[in-house]
Amino acid sequence: MTTPTAAASPRVAGPIRLGRNARIAVASVVFLAVFYAFIGPQQFANALTLGAIYALIALGYTMVYGIIELINFAHGDVFMTGSFVSMTLLTRIILPVTGLTAPIRDIVPLLLVLLLVFALTMPIMGLIGVTIERFAYRPLRNAPRVAPLITAIGVSFILQNLALIIFGPASVNTPQLIAPELSVNIADATVPYINIFIFVLAIFLMVALNQFVGRTRLGRAMRSTAQDREAAQLMGVDLNLTIAITFFIGSALAGAAGVVWGLYLGSVKWDLGFNGGLKAFTAAVLGGIGNTTGATLGGFVIGFIEVGAASKGFSRWSEAIVFAALIIVLVFRPAGILGQQLGERA
Amino acid sequence: MTATARGRSPNPIRRGWSRISELAAAHHSVSIIVGMAIVGALLPILARVPPFNQFQPFNAWLDGFSNAGTFVLLAVGLNIVVGLAGLLDLGYAAFFAFGAYAYAFGASPFSGNDFPFLPMLLVGAVVAATFGVLLGAPTLRLRGDYLAIVTLGFGEIVPIVFLNAEPYTNGTNGIGGVYKPALPWSPPFDVVQFTLLNPWPFYVLVLLIVTFTLIFSYRLQDSRLGRAWMAIREDELAAAANGINTVTTKLLAFALGASTAGLAGVFNASKLTVVSPDQFYFQVSFTVLTMIVLGGQGNIWGVALGAFVISTLQQTFLKTLNQFFQAINFPALHLGPVTVDLQHVNFTEYQFLLFGIALVLMMLLRPEGLFPSGRRRRELHTADEGPEPSPTGLDASGELA
Repeated sequence: MTTPTAAASPRVAGPIRLGRNARIAVASVVFLAVFYAFIGPQQFANALTLGAIYALIALGYTMVYGIIELINFAHGDVFMTGSFVSMTLLTRIILPVTGLTAPIRDIVPLLLVLLLVFALTMPIMGLIGVTIERFAYRPLRNAPRVAPLITAIGVSFILQNLALIIFGPASVNTPQLIAPELSVNIADATVPYINIFIFVLAIFLMVALNQFVGRTRLGRAMRSTAQDREAAQLMGVDLNLTIAITFFIGSALAGAAGVVWGLYLGSVKWDLGFNGGLKAFTAAVLGGIGNTTGATLGGFVIGFIEVGAASKGFSRWSEAIVFAALIIVLVFRPAGILGQQLGERA
Repeated sequence: MTATARGRSPNPIRRGWSRISELAAAHHSVSIIVGMAIVGALLPILARVPPFNQFQPFNAWLDGFSNAGTFVLLAVGLNIVVGLAGLLDLGYAAFFAFGAYAYAFGASPFSGNDFPFLPMLLVGAVVAATFGVLLGAPTLRLRGDYLAIVTLGFGEIVPIVFLNAEPYTNGTNGIGGVYKPALPWSPPFDVVQFTLLNPWPFYVLVLLIVTFTLIFSYRLQDSRLGRAWMAIREDELAAAANGINTVTTKLLAFALGASTAGLAGVFNASKLTVVSPDQFYFQVSFTVLTMIVLGGQGNIWGVALGAFVISTLQQTFLKTLNQFFQAINFPALHLGPVTVDLQHVNFTEYQFLLFGIALVLMMLLRPEGLFPSGRRRRELHTADEGPEPSPTGLDASGELA
């Protein structure tokens, strides 16, 4: 996991890094401007929201890949499970106990309920992620790389079909806590509060993650494990704990994305995780897998591609376009936009 | 790992058996033909005796065997890519789709063409192989897990394209009325005619195609190319250092694996007489992957058997399972907010839950599959011989009460 705050390689000195960041910033601004002109302010706001959700999921992929080089196939389904867990918490526990009904119009109870949903869903999903790692991936840590990939597919099936059995094949409605019609006008676009909330929340979580990985002791353990597992162990890093924490954080973020999805779209479905996961994975690869900033960037790019395609009447093709983008990126720049070129590992 | 000593048994029956297996090993193609003839003769007999005749009528069994044959073809083909060459392909259903659509374009009222079946079989294989090369050429340089994702993306794109290219594929409804194979002469008996109600000709046809594919696959495995695939699977760098052109070799694995899927696609299209995009979603790719993982990657008979067993379970056992729960009047379980009522569960819908559990358990307990190839088993167990990175707390502290 290489974050820009901590890419402490000696040959990349200060000025060059600044140049690189500046290049990224300029490229992002140009990209945003082009898209703004292309799809208009309204779709631009939608794309930012969708991109924030994909970015949250992509962070989990990129963290896990960075640390154990596993494409955690089940991650998309952890996201889906998170959406169902938050839906169940809301409809079965939080709303009945507090006696509130779905669009909460008073600001204080609304914030409290939102806080409660996130505070409950994220640790639950984190624990589910740690459990998956413990039983499905840890025993295969030294096996050939295909083995944990296949168990990951298995876990993905298990999660999907548990959701299918428990909640049925149809979409399940989730309470929309923030009334969708409450909106504010920003630059010709009517932006619902929910979009702003999601965007701010996603940015907050990403910054928090970046600080955690870059500044804390555990974050340092994660980065060193990603660089060289054995050397990290020799320096006293508890490998199992570090990997478990990585899974916890990644899955908690996916859980947050699941909550947000339910709040934003108003319904959740058992097969949500497959496409959502694949798109988020595309985002992670696009940004440079193993790189948390890249995952964020990639998430927004995917959001823009999808919304852009949909707004120009290609909504039936949007998935094909996203996956084609994935293939093209992998073929021409396998390291992604921000990734460093890694040597072929035999 | 404990090595079991296998000495020659003095027992004459054992000796006779070992002579037969030596003969079979020396004449692979003949033994495959003999083996498939025996299997082909036994299956219709089995379907007529209890307990199997209690499940469903004879024609349904035979029809199910033909469908299972499609999956055997797919599994044997995917085994070339995953089992022999070690390239994880998660979008294999795409090639199945190319074969099926090739036949639908070649022989249906929708396209107005009516080409005979056998040449179309070849065309389907060639079309699928071509797309295998087209996908493989740019992507095979990628690392293993990236390749898996690219193939997954490809497998997602292909049905979307067939779905959206409505003028050519008739969209969601697909191409209907695809012609069944026709015999070049007018047959004296009805039983050899390809009709909707007569399962025999398709059964025999799929037996022939499977036999051919098995021979083809075995010949490939024992060839220079097959050894190159296994070398790449075990260590790509070492294989390249020994003069194997890894790109060409992997491309051939993709193309030949895809061509088998093309055969399966043509056969399936002619059998179902309808080709629509929903037949080729990722579930198909994953089902076939489950089949070869359970059967034993790299072992041709193993994957064929795995495919046959799983596909038969899917078609017959799961369908009758909730009748079973209804028969024993299994109570509905109320688990807090959730109600589980097994009597009214459509188990075929949840087969993927079972697949998922099976995949995880297989990888943890027996990664080489139920019927492994010896070489693949040794490879998958090399990790056991290495030093354990860190003992778990349970081991260190001994027994916990």
